[in-house]
Amino acid sequence: MATVVAGIGSSHVPSIGRAYDQKKQNDPAWKPLFDGYEPVKRWLAEEVKADVVILVYNDHGTEFFLDRYPTFALGVADSYRVADEGYGRRPLPDFPGHADLSVHLANQLLADEFDLTLCQEMELDHGFLTAMPLLWSHDDDDWPVKVVPLLVNVIQHPLPSGKRCYKLGQALRRAIESFPEDLRVAVVGTGGLSHQLNGERFGFINEEWDRQWLRDIQDKPEALAELSHQEVMTAAGAEGGEVIMWLVMRGALTPQVREVHQFYYAPMTTGISVLALENT
Amino acid sequence: MSEQNDRWGIPGTYVFDLQLSRRGYAINRMCNSLKLEENRAAFVADEEAYMSRYGLDDEQKQAVRERDWLRLTQLGGNLFFFLKLAATVGHGLYQIGAQMRGESYETFMKTRQVPGAV
Repeated sequence: MATVVAGIGSSHVPSIGRAYDQKKQNDPAWKPLFDGYEPVKRWLAEEVKADVVILVYNDHGTEFFLDRYPTFALGVADSYRVADEGYGRRPLPDFPGHADLSVHLANQLLADEFDLTLCQEMELDHGFLTAMPLLWSHDDDDWPVKVVPLLVNVIQHPLPSGKRCYKLGQALRRAIESFPEDLRVAVVGTGGLSHQLNGERFGFINEEWDRQWLRDIQDKPEALAELSHQEVMTAAGAEGGEVIMWLVMRGALTPQVREVHQFYYAPMTTGISVLALENT
Repeated sequence: MSEQNDRWGIPGTYVFDLQLSRRGYAINRMCNSLKLEENRAAFVADEEAYMSRYGLDDEQKQAVRERDWLRLTQLGGNLFFFLKLAATVGHGLYQIGAQMRGESYETFMKTRQVPGAV
């Protein structure tokens, strides 16, 4: 039986990817961030040893444009290419998929009334890419884990509700646990925390709200799932609304969880965080 | 649309909903095409022709000409897409942000906790 062995929440800010590629790990402005991820990376490599990561993210016009933007989409491929978002392709290896698990998840989730768009080709942009090299070491041409990309529309309202995302996470856990092969599965929810990239309120961050979110996602996820998009965006900024992707991750964990590591840093325009949780 | 009449009522915020997305579809479609180098070259070579090809209306064209990112947002442009236009014409995220806030780049950067993290 496959099991969920880790739940990670992680921001996906593009400038982190640039800093990583430019090897700014020791730059004073960036060092706290890379150091903040290090204990999680170590825990994942030394203790969790996941075989597969299901990473919840949103695409930014790379694979899907507004002509047809899916609410939920699941990758069901053997591999996924690193996309060029118009600024050059990041020097990261393409990702090996776990198509058997993807197919199983697709069958189970659809039977469980989550009607996903299923994708046999998907190029992955910073929504997916940012967290990966901070959480898993890669070499020039491979990753130590296989991936299953799970996309959520967080860019064009109407978005799915937080509650729907949480329930998707719960359904995801049931689907994972019904996979017959012994697989160790990590679930990563990306995005957030507070930020706003449009209008006169550009640059808005709410550190207090972010810290509360990091507590409540552990102890009161159902209360967070009840928040309306209006409430979240008012408190956490318009683009902060993407935190609903963390609720998919949280829904895939047990009702009680243990915090392994937490880090928060708000250097520029986003409350950047990584939170590592495990089932109890 | 002004700050006061955004349907969502969050000050200084333009929520990218389907209504705004429909309003800005031509802008975002044009901007997304700038993922490709040959399209960026075509835009730089003849901005007016490129905008006409994608069907921008007069207000949208004017906002592009003036690099008025706030206006472009109000007309339905989405930052995730118009960042590709900005990169094509040499504007960065934080210049865009400062402009939308009505501040100079230097003033905006002083409001940040770690301005070196760019």
